[in-house]
Amino acid sequence: MTGPIDRRDAVRRLLTDRGDLIVVAGLGASAYDVAACGGSPLDFPLWGAMGGAAMVGLGLAIAQPGRTVVVVTGDGEMLMGLGSLATIAVERPPNLRIVVLDNGCFGETGNQPTHTASGTDLAQVAQACGIADTRTITEIGAVDRLRADLHGAHWPLFAVIKISDEEQPKVLPPRDGPYLAHRIRSSLLGTAAALED
Amino acid sequence: MTTDARHWADGIHALFRAYRITLVSVVPDAGHKRLIDLCQADAGIRTVTLTTEEEGVALAAGAYLGGTRSALLIQSSGVGNCVNMFSLPSICHMPFFALVTMRGEWGEFNPWQVPMGESTTAVLEASGLTVFRTDTAEEVGPTVEGALGLAWQSRRRVAVLLSQRLIGAKRFGEGRASE
Repeated sequence: MTGPIDRRDAVRRLLTDRGDLIVVAGLGASAYDVAACGGSPLDFPLWGAMGGAAMVGLGLAIAQPGRTVVVVTGDGEMLMGLGSLATIAVERPPNLRIVVLDNGCFGETGNQPTHTASGTDLAQVAQACGIADTRTITEIGAVDRLRADLHGAHWPLFAVIKISDEEQPKVLPPRDGPYLAHRIRSSLLGTAAALED
Repeated sequence: MTTDARHWADGIHALFRAYRITLVSVVPDAGHKRLIDLCQADAGIRTVTLTTEEEGVALAAGAYLGGTRSALLIQSSGVGNCVNMFSLPSICHMPFFALVTMRGEWGEFNPWQVPMGESTTAVLEASGLTVFRTDTAEEVGPTVEGALGLAWQSRRRVAVLLSQRLIGAKRFGEGRASE
């Protein structure tokens, strides 16, 4: 279902003063939204691997327990990896947050409706999988509260933000895979990123 | 007891420790049972059960980005589920290591396992992975060690196939055929 919130505004608010947040961005418009915030070495934007964003986030959350990992992705991308919500619920990573920007359509391919447009409720799916803190956000003020909880919570959190289906200008993140991988690894691991694995 | 006298799965577990594998993700298979039990009993290894195999490919990628070495344990029928997700470690030049138990070959009872079993090696190689195969218990240790070294020292995508002859064909002895 389409919502009233501007996606760029929402992501900008979520990543305000982000500190050392790690951000995994799902392919397509979600990655452009994160890039539009200026880009950070702690961003890992995906250009493919559809359905994998939440699990990349879980891997990072397990490997970096002292950091907070935020997965920003779209409803289509999340729908392709629904099973990962059950896996994440079982693992209960206290430092993982998943934020789904839900416009009810596949924006990259011509705005065909996704299942959420016909009533699939991703927050209820996550809740039923066992993620206790789930929210559906339909007004911008709640995005600011979510931003505070990204930093303050000590439990896994799953949020759906109902965004407008209005297309935004494309702000493209780098798409060179080895560069993106080395950039975040060297930020997290220092020179060991090149010497170690 | 010499190392050769151990069960091959114990040898793989010891290699996981030696190669600092601290995260193991799993879609269970009977052939992996002993190794899964060893990993779950090991406080130094976090074992994650997946709902489908490609989750483990994405998990391994995220773990690598954060500095953690992992291994994926799956059955041959799950290899097909991973194909598009293999593009992630491939295009990012990440190390990746999987242990694949084989179905659909030696002594297979269930014909529905055969198509994916027959195409497992080709699918993995077409996806850019280097494939090693083991048919005997004696081969397992050296093969897995070589594969772990290639994956983590040279950052390659590697799979080791544990053949159905090695793990033993699944028995359906209690079943009753209707025709």
